[in-house]
This record gives sequence, structure tokens and C-alpha cells, in this order.
Amino acid sequence: MSQTSTAPTAEAKPEFWRWQENCWADETKDWKSAKAITVGIDVGSVSSQCVVVADGELYAYNSMRTGNNSPDSAKNAFKGVTEKTGLTLNDVHMVVGTGYGRVNVPFSHKAITEIACHARGANYMGGNGVRTILDMGGQDCKAIHCDEKGKVTNFLMNDKCAAGTGRGMEVISDLMQIPIAELGPRSFEVDQEPDAVSSVCVVFAKSEALALLKAGYTKNKVIAAYCQAMAERVVSLLERIGVEEGFFITGGIAKNPGVVKRIEKLLGIKAMDTKIDSQIAGALGAALFANTLVQKQGPQAPIAC
Amino acid sequence: MIANYGYKDGSGEYYISIDTDKCINCEAGRACLTGCPKGMFETMTDDYDDEVVQIKQNFRRSLAYDCAGCKPAGGYTSLPCTTACTPGAVKHSW
Repeated sequence: MSQTSTAPTAEAKPEFWRWQENCWADETKDWKSAKAITVGIDVGSVSSQCVVVADGELYAYNSMRTGNNSPDSAKNAFKGVTEKTGLTLNDVHMVVGTGYGRVNVPFSHKAITEIACHARGANYMGGNGVRTILDMGGQDCKAIHCDEKGKVTNFLMNDKCAAGTGRGMEVISDLMQIPIAELGPRSFEVDQEPDAVSSVCVVFAKSEALALLKAGYTKNKVIAAYCQAMAERVVSLLERIGVEEGFFITGGIAKNPGVVKRIEKLLGIKAMDTKIDSQIAGALGAALFANTLVQKQGPQAPIAC
Repeated sequence: MIANYGYKDGSGEYYISIDTDKCINCEAGRACLTGCPKGMFETMTDDYDDEVVQIKQNFRRSLAYDCAGCKPAGGYTSLPCTTACTPGAVKHSW
């Protein structure tokens, strides 16, 4: 016997933190004429990307949220590219996995750390003048130095604390009930730049933000205080390895001008511009590594999954 | 490559730096592997196919506590890992 509950339930809340997923392909190119097609799959803690490189040039990508298991996230990321371009695994000469779920990409031939892949991807996106890379990922933050070829020379990672990560920004977005893409621009709509929230911990920063709202801060001012705190946090990480000219930011937070401009101000250096989505740097680097491996080892047979 | 393993939290910065360029052809015969009383070091093949040493994953977020026994308060006058690494590839930030 079935029973229908009449108990009141909470209204469905809009998901302000939900960032725009993105699928793109270069319509001016035809992958069928390429000699080497390689794929990079970056399964991160928050987002997953699939990048296709044809003869060493970016051809297509798909960026989406990571699901509840890494293999499915990798498959879904590739599926998006398949639907967009008609490319299948049988057409791909090598796949390299990266990100925290790199060992769980069922159809990858090799796994390479996201540190090496971000450096390689940033080198492609920003040119061979890139020397210092800040990757602000979903749940960690990395400072990387690389040489003119995109080879890592020094790195530092903080994955113990969510302060200064994309997830922290998502929490604030939900708390303020403002879409995540609007946080950056709105952080500049303040009469006076506020001090940074003092807590580095995301949980306590959230409590502090609530207290500031109660104390009469506008939402924009609280967002500005949080963006400043995030900038100070990552700058302290960067300063540990030193910052050289040729500064490049990868990861989702690179799309938030509220954090980027404040980092630039603190460092006294302007971040290099790119037309390519900053979130795909890791997967792009993985695809470029795969392209190099194809040149050295030849095409690899596809791995069924 | 300088690889920094560790973290920064409210109490301070705790990083162990390993200069992997000095590690590739280790002149000390990988003495760090046995020099660390907690066995925190391990060998691995890095992304550029060189065999180097790294800090084991399960120690990277608790260095302040794991290394405390080898600091002066623990009775040591020098760190066993940095002493064992005669090429000078291993350094502590604190």
C-alpha cells in the first residue's frame, strides 16, 4: 500500500554556486585531416575537463562538473566532445589522465600529475614567457614555477585547507545568494575597499561574513572582503616560492576579476591574458603531453571502457 | 625541480623541500629512506621519467606533528633526514 506524504517540505533553492559548463570546438578545423589526435582528461575535485589536441593545436574541449565517481566523470567529459565533434575513442591516438582522479580514467594510457600538466597547459595558453603559475582549483591551490618549455622547476601545493579555492567561493556565492559569475564584478561596487575577512578557514569565513552582514555591511562589501582574503591567502602561498615576471593564473578562479585584480595589486604584477578558458589548462597540458608521447612512441591502441 | 610538500595553516608553515635535481643521481645512496625514523620518504618516478624521492602522501598534511620528534625538543641536534641527505637536497621550512 502506498502512502502520499502531506508533510511540508522546504522549497527548492536556486543553486547560485553553479558555474557555467562549457563545450567548444574549433569550427575552422577538421580533425579528420590531423595526423595525431590526442586527448587530455582532467578529473578534478569539482570540475572535469576533456581537451582534444589535433597535431599539437587545441581543437575542442568540454568542461563540466565532476560527478560522484571519477570514471563516469571522465567518460561524460569525453562524451560531450564526441557529441560536439563526432570524434570517438577509436580516432584518438593517445589519452593522458590528470587531476586528482587521474588514475581512475578508464581509457587513459598514462597518468601525469596536474602540476606538470598545468605548467604545460599554461605554457601553451600564455606562451613561453610564462614563469609563475597560480592554479586555483576547486579544492586546492598550487604555485608553480616553470621554464620556457613549460617544465616544472618549483612547485608548492596546499590541499589541506579550502581557503583560497574555488569551493570557498562557491560557499560565499550560495551564502550571498548571488550567482558565482557576478561575485567578481560586484566586489568592486563598494564605496571603500573593506579589510579582508580575518578567518582563513572557509567555515569560519562564512560565519564571519554573516556577522558582517548583521553589522550592516552590504553584500557587495562582504564579497569584497572575502575576495581580498582569498587574494591574500594565495599570495602568501606564491611568496613562498617567489613570483617571477610571466605570471599566469589557471583554474576557475581566474575567471573572477574580484580575486585576480586583488592578487595583481598585492603582487604588483599583472597576470598574463589568454583567450582560452583558464579552467582547461590541466587537461590541455595532458593532451599536449600525449601529443609528445605519440611523436616518441607512436599511436596507441584505444583502451575499451 | 624543487618539490615542496606540506602546508600552511593557522599555526605556521610546514614544508619539506626536495631538490629533485640533486636526487636523480643520489650520491648518498638514498640514505633519506632509512634516515627518517618515521619512514616518510619514498622513491617514485616523476612526470619527466626521473627516479626521485618524495614525501609519502599520508604524511603531507601532518608534518608539524610527524616531524616534531626530530626537532630539538625531541632531543636531536640536527634533523636525521637532512643529515642523511649529504647532497643537501632536503630542507625543512621550520
